Amino acid sequence: MGVGILVEHLNAWYGTTHTLQDINLHIPANHATALIGPSGCGKSTFVRCLNRMHETNPIARATGTVKMGDLDIYADVSPVEIRRRVGMVFQRPNPFPTMSIYDNVASGLKLNGFRNRKILDETVERSLKSAALWDEVKDDLKKKSGASLSGGQQQRMCIARALAVDPEVLLMDEPASALDPVSTSKIEDLIFNLKSQYTIVIVTHNMQQAARVAENTGFFLNGKMVEFDSTHKIFTNPSDKRTEDYITGRFG
Amino acid sequence: MAASANTPQSNNLPEPVPRPPMDFTTRGMRWNNAWRNGVNYAVSGAAILATVLVIAPLIAILVYLIYKGATSLNVAFFTNVPAPVGQPGGGMANSIVGSGIILALASAMGVPIGIAAGVYLAEYGSGTFLGNAVRFTADVLNGVPSIVMGISVFALLVQGRHFSAYAGGVALAIMMIPTITRTTEEMLATVPHSIREAALGLGVPKWRTTISVALRTASPGIITGCMLAFARVAGETAPLLFTALGNQFWSLKLNEPIGALPLQIYVYATSPYDEWHRLAWAGALVLIVMIMVSVTLVRIFANRGAIRGGN
Repeated sequence: MGVGILVEHLNAWYGTTHTLQDINLHIPANHATALIGPSGCGKSTFVRCLNRMHETNPIARATGTVKMGDLDIYADVSPVEIRRRVGMVFQRPNPFPTMSIYDNVASGLKLNGFRNRKILDETVERSLKSAALWDEVKDDLKKKSGASLSGGQQQRMCIARALAVDPEVLLMDEPASALDPVSTSKIEDLIFNLKSQYTIVIVTHNMQQAARVAENTGFFLNGKMVEFDSTHKIFTNPSDKRTEDYITGRFG
Repeated sequence: MAASANTPQSNNLPEPVPRPPMDFTTRGMRWNNAWRNGVNYAVSGAAILATVLVIAPLIAILVYLIYKGATSLNVAFFTNVPAPVGQPGGGMANSIVGSGIILALASAMGVPIGIAAGVYLAEYGSGTFLGNAVRFTADVLNGVPSIVMGISVFALLVQGRHFSAYAGGVALAIMMIPTITRTTEEMLATVPHSIREAALGLGVPKWRTTISVALRTASPGIITGCMLAFARVAGETAPLLFTALGNQFWSLKLNEPIGALPLQIYVYATSPYDEWHRLAWAGALVLIVMIMVSVTLVRIFANRGAIRGGN
């Protein structure tokens, strides 16, 4: 099951650029939360702070508190530990090119030393079914490379790979922006189905997508979070003028 | 969405810059179809010619070696040790096995050290003082003449002790390391960052990501680098002159002088006897074929069971 995320006074830098400025936010458990805003506003940096991927860049740094349930991820655990509990799906599908579909999905377990064949088989099947890819690939699980699938299938495989380690939170950084409309709608259906079991945070440039999949939406601008509210309120009656300008297309 | 109702910018766009009329008399005429096809054929022809020029010397050497050496090849060549001066026959069995032993020693030392140093350069040492020092040393080491390598290892491992297969292996290993290190570094640099992020994002520790994802993805190129290094040192004579020394008798002891094909070819080719000259040609042929066979075998084994990506 998912856990809620409480973000308090989160600041992030790339070198001397202050990318995120004092973000405070509560992301509820087992809901989908969308983050919108123009390019470069800090949405991606924000989700990368939620699983401490931000700090893999040598010039990057972050301060503040991020609590998942009772766990302060910047104080209580190692980055490696937290990334096992917070899955991430990236903008472009990034399968491991030398691995089969099976090994791609099982990689999170296998690369962490998990070897039980029976449980691996079950996990791969369950994850691929959750990602709505099982029927398309079940016959060449171990024959085909993960990179031989189509872009949309690759992205669903990457979602299955993230689900296989049984995370509590799923971060998605523009998961459908490199995909065609059919694949996009499959990913959206997937998010809609998965949010009962996982806390989902999705960054998107597509405002209809935010409206379709997310209960709550946050609007970022220039490294600050301008407004966070229910998706319905953000899109029909935003309280901040800048949010209204953005969603009506006056800028950005 | 609501964007179409609000298009305040549409009237503020700058006036389009007028385009100059197309000049059909000079540029346009020159790039007609006949000219394009001509250039296409000329460039393709140049590429084919260059390929032929690259392959021709290899084929010429091989054909000449077969012509000169094949007649001296017989079972005795592969089973007997060299015959004493004045006696006919004899073979290079001890040198063939000796070369195999020295190269196995060299690879066992050079490949792991070379790859490990390449991983350090690509994944951990970039921009650090030690990283730059290692990279600089590798490049300098690559340019050190092989005879100097032989003398250095002689001074380090042979002087005061005695000539040995070990010393030969160390000399060749040191020659393999720079090539393997730099190839490993460059091949790891071609592995996309997004793939490493995928592994890190799954909670895989960095060392495991490096070994199981980055190295594995780069492995075809790294194997090619190892094969290049292997093929280069397999024919080296100079580093072995002062280290392995060569041996006219059967010896498998690692701490004693041992025969090697390049050394035996050198001894026979500089001798005054026609019979030995013919054996030297045969030895050269065997050496080249051994290198080709081992490189091919490694490629087959490395590709077996490998999964190929679609894109």
